[in-house]
Amino acid sequence: MTNADTHVGTAAETPGPSGATAQEARLPYRIEIKDLNIYYGDFLAVEKVNLAIEQRSVMAFIGPSGCGKSTVLRTLDRMHEVTPGARVEGQVLLDGQDIYAPNVDPVLVRRTIGMVFQRPNPFPTMSIYENVVAGLKLQKDGRHRGRAMDDIVEQSLRGANLWEEVKDRLSKPGAGLSGGQQQRLCIARAIAIQPEVLLMDEPASALDSISTLAIEDLIRELKSQYTIIIVTHNMQQAHRIADNTAFFNLAGVGQPGHLIESGPTHVMFNNPKNQQTIDYIQGRFG
Amino acid sequence: MGDATNDPRVPEGTVVLTASGAGGPGGPTAGTLDVDPDRLTGRRLPRYAAWVCLAVTVAVGVLVRITGITIIGLADWVVALAASFIGYTAWTLVVEGRRHAVDRLATTAIYAAAAAALVPLFWILITLVVKGFSVLSWDFLTSTMRNVNPRAEGGGVAHAIVGTLEQVAIAAVISVPVGILTAVYLVEYGRGRLAKAISFFVDVMTGIPSIVAGMFIYTFWILTLGFPTSGLAAGLALSILMVPVVIRATEEILKIVPNELREGALALGVPKYKVILRIVLPTAISGIITGVMLAVARVTGETAPLLLTTFLAQDMNGNPFSGNQASLPVFIWDQIQRGTTASLDRAWGGALVLIIIVMIFYAGARVLAAIYAPKKV
Repeated sequence: MTNADTHVGTAAETPGPSGATAQEARLPYRIEIKDLNIYYGDFLAVEKVNLAIEQRSVMAFIGPSGCGKSTVLRTLDRMHEVTPGARVEGQVLLDGQDIYAPNVDPVLVRRTIGMVFQRPNPFPTMSIYENVVAGLKLQKDGRHRGRAMDDIVEQSLRGANLWEEVKDRLSKPGAGLSGGQQQRLCIARAIAIQPEVLLMDEPASALDSISTLAIEDLIRELKSQYTIIIVTHNMQQAHRIADNTAFFNLAGVGQPGHLIESGPTHVMFNNPKNQQTIDYIQGRFG
Repeated sequence: MGDATNDPRVPEGTVVLTASGAGGPGGPTAGTLDVDPDRLTGRRLPRYAAWVCLAVTVAVGVLVRITGITIIGLADWVVALAASFIGYTAWTLVVEGRRHAVDRLATTAIYAAAAAALVPLFWILITLVVKGFSVLSWDFLTSTMRNVNPRAEGGGVAHAIVGTLEQVAIAAVISVPVGILTAVYLVEYGRGRLAKAISFFVDVMTGIPSIVAGMFIYTFWILTLGFPTSGLAAGLALSILMVPVVIRATEEILKIVPNELREGALALGVPKYKVILRIVLPTAISGIITGVMLAVARVTGETAPLLLTTFLAQDMNGNPFSGNQASLPVFIWDQIQRGTTASLDRAWGGALVLIIIVMIFYAGARVLAAIYAPKKV
């Protein structure tokens, strides 16, 4: 990450053909966002985002409320279009393949790119066990049965640091867990389908500081296997866990959000280039 | 706060509150606060005040009843109630002040409204039980009106129970799938003009008078298509009344299923139809069951559409697809208009049976709803 050439976050510069040759030399990006405009109906919510995200790293999206960071996150697994009237222009490349190409099935995109939400949302009719395997079971292909399922449940719960707390009550309802446990259950549920990328939309904002630390530790561990993109309002959190940080801002109410600056976290926090980033990070607004 | 945190005697992190206004400058001045010790208390009526007023009212009423001394007849009761209402409020106003008086006025009004709503309900129930219970017997439940002189004693409601259950079952078999699927469309898929139009017509259908539903089936099914009157025709008419109720009830329940659950499932790569079938509907199922049962209960007591579609029968007809069928509401109507003591008794008995059936439906709905409700522990 100290490599100055690392071309993370091309927002400040104009993306051009010159960037392409530089990229080929390195490990390809997992996700590249190109000229992305995001709309709710006729309202342009986020304008012209260009950003690249490395494999097996943590990228944090920061910015004031309403700047579109969650909106951008939701376009990365095609959850944005679940909202009626929502649409996008531009490209999101997953390993070079545009997930908005006409023949791409959004359901398959979501099986490759998992998502954890702001509020823990375990399925209330299901037990802890059923919650973890919900994705696999409801995907219908029926590959996993019996023992294999048990193994996946244990692996996923261990992966989410929840196994020791719930291993004796897997058949109890998931809604009976504490908020922090529920959120880790949702993370277990997300990694049970073995995605390649994990999106997290303020996963710790509804949790107390101890549960937050547990989630942050977990994110650092998960980084070895997954590419993680996290939206957070907590700048200390971004500082603690993110390799790279992208700062979003908007000019005013009713104006589209923009990606202002992005780069390695230590640069963004210690030596940002853009005045808006400096103001935000120093706490002058937001 | 600055000098407090520098004070070596104050442990770190302790918040020291200083009364900057009253205490003046120079830090905390304990024991010198000049306050009125009564500033948090006020005069209150005794706890039994409301009961005293109620007791006085009842006493006045009873006195009128016993002594026969009455000024304006039954209206004395109303006058007594109103007087105690006003007296109670005035008493509060004098002792406790205006805010408490308004509070007690509103509280009394709300209790009075609730009582006014509940009294007729219990009155009906008690009357039904008193008048109908003596009629209930195994014989009454198991025999029909076949070969029974409708003005004489004897006979029973077996044929009407069978008819009602079959007609309502037909209506439910038609309405529940149609209603639930429509509600799923409206909540999960419906956008734009089609959904708006459906929603509008559901509202219109909710307001259709039941006899109009009967007239429609009569003119369309029986006169135009030429089918005979039957339990099936009655079930069709009832389903017209039931569908909008099921749609509205299911729609309201589906709307309160948190969107986060849908998104959570979609984000796991679950296809939308499966999200609805395996996440949304199971989460909402207990509310849907309650809604369906309320719709069933609503149509079970319908009389008018049955008169036009299956009319009445004095004999058992277990086949809803052929011939007229009896039903409890029409049975009651028929017995009342016969006008003899025996037939009126049978009408009360039939009414009690009808209420019991509706209550069984409702209790069953509560049990099913509790079984399927999402559990916490």
